[in-house]
Amino acid sequence: MMAETQTLREWLLTETPTSRRHAKISAVYQGWLSFRSNTMAMIGLAILVLLVFVAAAAPLLSPHDPFVQDLGNRLLPLGTGGHILGTDSLGRDILSRLIYGARITLYIVALVALIAPIAGLLVGTVSGYVGGWTDTVLMRVTDIFLAFPRLVLALAFVAALGAGIENAVLAISLTAWPPYARIARAETLTIRSSDFISAIQLQGAGPLRIITGHIWPLCISSLIVRVTLDMAGIILAAAGLGFLGLGAQPPSPEWGAMISEGRRFILDHWWVATMPGLAIFTVSLAFNLLGDGLRDVLDPKAGE
Amino acid sequence: MNKLSVNGLNVWFGKQRDRVNAVKGATFDVAQGESFGLVGESGSGKSTILRAITGLAPNWSGKVELDGRAIGKVRPKSFFKTVQMVFQDPYASLHPRHSVDQVLGETLHLHGFRDIDARVVKLLDDVGLGQKFRFRYPHQLSGGQRQRVAIARALAPEPELLLLDEPTSALDVSVQAEILNLLADLRRDRDLTYVMVSHDLSVVGHMCDRLAVMKDGHIVEILDVDALRSMKASHPYSKQLLEASLG
Repeated sequence: MMAETQTLREWLLTETPTSRRHAKISAVYQGWLSFRSNTMAMIGLAILVLLVFVAAAAPLLSPHDPFVQDLGNRLLPLGTGGHILGTDSLGRDILSRLIYGARITLYIVALVALIAPIAGLLVGTVSGYVGGWTDTVLMRVTDIFLAFPRLVLALAFVAALGAGIENAVLAISLTAWPPYARIARAETLTIRSSDFISAIQLQGAGPLRIITGHIWPLCISSLIVRVTLDMAGIILAAAGLGFLGLGAQPPSPEWGAMISEGRRFILDHWWVATMPGLAIFTVSLAFNLLGDGLRDVLDPKAGE
Repeated sequence: MNKLSVNGLNVWFGKQRDRVNAVKGATFDVAQGESFGLVGESGSGKSTILRAITGLAPNWSGKVELDGRAIGKVRPKSFFKTVQMVFQDPYASLHPRHSVDQVLGETLHLHGFRDIDARVVKLLDDVGLGQKFRFRYPHQLSGGQRQRVAIARALAPEPELLLLDEPTSALDVSVQAEILNLLADLRRDRDLTYVMVSHDLSVVGHMCDRLAVMKDGHIVEILDVDALRSMKASHPYSKQLLEASLG
């Protein structure tokens, strides 16, 4: 056997994989190598890993209870009385609230990232592959959703469904899917006329198999890139809804809602609104950097 | 008996004012075990005939018979077990994210074979690729290797009629010869019938028994390969083509 003289790296980078699993692992590793060479993307990834860690370990990391009010110590500046980032208008520790707020941000991001691109992928690929009337109807529906300004439509949904974090997520997802549908459809149109789709049609494969097995794998990478680039916008939309009082409800430490609370004191006590703002900025930036890096790795047109 | 019989085949693209008639009244027969060539310049409709036979070009009229039975608009699964096609560009005909194993495995699965592993191994051996290519992705293969995989895929359902759409035109000259020899060997071993499209008269002269010369969607002449070799074409366009091929 060759394997004994091979190092792990050689095994991973081989041109001649020996099993299905080996080929998969090898492809993933090569993607990782090209991702790793992108410093900015690695910074983005590091920030997001840190965010996940902070959210998971919130009870251990936060110095104070994020919900306990202490009106005697309200609006303390940075670094006083053991409050590293100060306290807000009700005397709650801002750092602790930011740490717990990471959970809410991740929750929103994860749910929107699960709902919107998958809905868009389904609509776009079916529309692009089937064509004809199906295409016309699905794309006109997409146009209608695209024509609304995102935040206004989200506002309307939240107003209709009631304020709350779940409804905010639903509203954002409902307004976020049409661009994904458009991308998926455009990709499908270029893929469906290619020879490898003709070849599988000649094996008698049905539309379901072709869409899920042959078109999706080629659409997903550009969707993933688009999702990470959109994440910043989604976080901001959630924060915006929170700011308007239509997202997370008090006393939930959602970052947008925290800014909204701090707004009243912004001239005298700048840190109350600034700290959650910086948190939103950092995470949005991290998603953007990650998205740029992923595009370099995943975009099939850029590679090879 | 004729394996394939095409009578008055018209193929068009687009509707009404945008309608382009790609093939006009093509008529030819291919006998069992024969290798039939379609030659002509780019855009003369030779590839379109193959696409119409397989159903990839949906707008056609006329009569196409396989083993004496007319083919309808919707092709049954059994059709694809009998007729398979090899595409022109091996860089475009393999899914970029599917390994060789996946390509062949899925094809075998779709045709209802059970012993997929054994058959994948056998197919790779048949087309002269070893086991070490089994788990590679298309970008890890050369053009000639890719075309061998595409040929293996076409052979997977054990077809009787193979449609070859310029199978070597995207390859280097040295690799062309290898692929043509492979195709010739496969035809002999498996008693296949070929319909081969090419714009290269020397390829057709090497591979085929008879050939049809096409121009602007019409078949202008059908001649056998002896006539081709002795330059005895009767239609002026065929003569012109023959003279041009001498260089």
